[in-house]
Amino acid sequence: MHTIDQISIQTAIKPGEAEKDGGAPAVAVEDLHKSFGSQEVLNGISLTVRRGETLAVLGRSGTGKSVLLRLIIGLEKPDSGSVRIHDRDLTGLGLDELGEIRMKMGFLFQNAALYDSLTVEQNVAFPLRHHRKAMSKSEQGDRVMQLLAEVGMEGHLEKMPSDISGGMQKRVGLARALALEPDILLLDEPTAGLDPISSGEIDDLVLKLQAEHHMASIVVTHDLHSAKTIADRLALLNQGDVVIEGSFEDLQSSDIEFVREFLGYSS
Amino acid sequence: MISRKSTVLAGMDPQLPGPRISPAFPAANSPLGVINKFLEWFGDLGVFAWQVARAAVTPPFEFRELFLQLDEIGSMSLPLVALAGAATGVVLSLEARYSLTRFGAKSLLPAAIVFSVIHETGPIITGLVVSGRVGAGIGAELASMKVTEQIDAIEASAVSPYRLLAAPRILACILMLPLLTLASDACGLLMGWVTQALAEPLSFHQFINQGFNGADFNDFLPPTFKTMAFGLIIGLIACFQGMRTQGGAAGVGRAATSSVVLSSLFVILADVVLVKLILIFFP
Repeated sequence: MHTIDQISIQTAIKPGEAEKDGGAPAVAVEDLHKSFGSQEVLNGISLTVRRGETLAVLGRSGTGKSVLLRLIIGLEKPDSGSVRIHDRDLTGLGLDELGEIRMKMGFLFQNAALYDSLTVEQNVAFPLRHHRKAMSKSEQGDRVMQLLAEVGMEGHLEKMPSDISGGMQKRVGLARALALEPDILLLDEPTAGLDPISSGEIDDLVLKLQAEHHMASIVVTHDLHSAKTIADRLALLNQGDVVIEGSFEDLQSSDIEFVREFLGYSS
Repeated sequence: MISRKSTVLAGMDPQLPGPRISPAFPAANSPLGVINKFLEWFGDLGVFAWQVARAAVTPPFEFRELFLQLDEIGSMSLPLVALAGAATGVVLSLEARYSLTRFGAKSLLPAAIVFSVIHETGPIITGLVVSGRVGAGIGAELASMKVTEQIDAIEASAVSPYRLLAAPRILACILMLPLLTLASDACGLLMGWVTQALAEPLSFHQFINQGFNGADFNDFLPPTFKTMAFGLIIGLIACFQGMRTQGGAAGVGRAATSSVVLSSLFVILADVVLVKLILIFFP
């Protein structure tokens, strides 16, 4: 668990630590539009994230934060605009090509989305079983143990998802997302529904994994504390577009009414 | 620019969440609206079937999942199908005895039972029982996976849900229906004989000899193998309804119900067509 002082130090030094390459961004979203029926969810959003960098996407419920992540991994298709992963446009790709790109991405779903008919061990082994067929069973087992140890769940191999808490499910979901050693990590509300202690533990875990794996990470959250803890940059969404993008200090010093209202400064 | 053309599966290719809203079409509760919705549903089902067919014939093949589903759909349905077949045999025997005695054709009783069971009641009872048990099971299971984002998680792991979930279930239904029909036929004939023998002594050997007198493979094989089409219908509709579900627990309930209702309805409609085709091609 972080104290406020620790958080301030971390947010101050993290951008310097981030290993950002000079080439194409790992994720580049440009002028993205998405509607469901008559409801426009994303309205020309543009964002980029580089390797080693963590972007937190903030906003009120229903502003399209989760839809943005689903568009980035290709679970939804945009009405217009582009999503580029390592400079490769996802638009118009077939399922096989999309699969190749998805293997470079890890996705933690809001409710972890663990397979409820599989044990914790089998959940984490799932991507390995399907995409690392050259690995022997024992190698896969070792890798699963390593991943579960990274998230502090090595003692729960045989448990079913229904037998572990929400925070533990998110840890297992994180281990599964990391199984194929992704370059890009997408986290959908990693601390939603968790108590403050579990939230802090998940934040610590994300920071640790980010430091070890140097991925490009996008964290969707409405938890300001968590965003401040784990992100290098923050983007605040309103009505389907980015209102402001920058450091937490940039948001704090903004005089945009919505930003001030979101941060709780508005009278 | 990607236009929205289909509502097959939210999160899949082609993909769309939620019902289409198009002011160009008539209101959903008008007769034209209902026809339009049905055509839309049918088109989406066709696209889904194509995606599953493609996934089923291209490697990697999910043999492990297929064997699991063969067990789940086959052996787990066996007691129910056998019981339904047996009950049908008893009812057929009682009814046929009453009718044939009235018209002075009691000697045709074994043949009437055998032909009724192997031609029609065995296959259709099996189809309906399996569409009830398996259709609801598959529909609810996949719908539950859909609303809890497990299917999205499979896709996000770069694994095709068509290949992993739909293809093995549909194949298992296709392969298991004829075998379950044989079991249903056997139980129906056995109980038909028992009912007959209780009313009037008749050995099983005599019953079978009289019953199959004049029958050939055309009386037996086409009706049995037509149930593969029933299996295709049950598996396809249940997977489709399950994997396109939206709306939490209520959506899961709706998917299970619609899987059973639609698959039963289409099994009966398909039976009408298949019986006519069998009469034409296997006279």
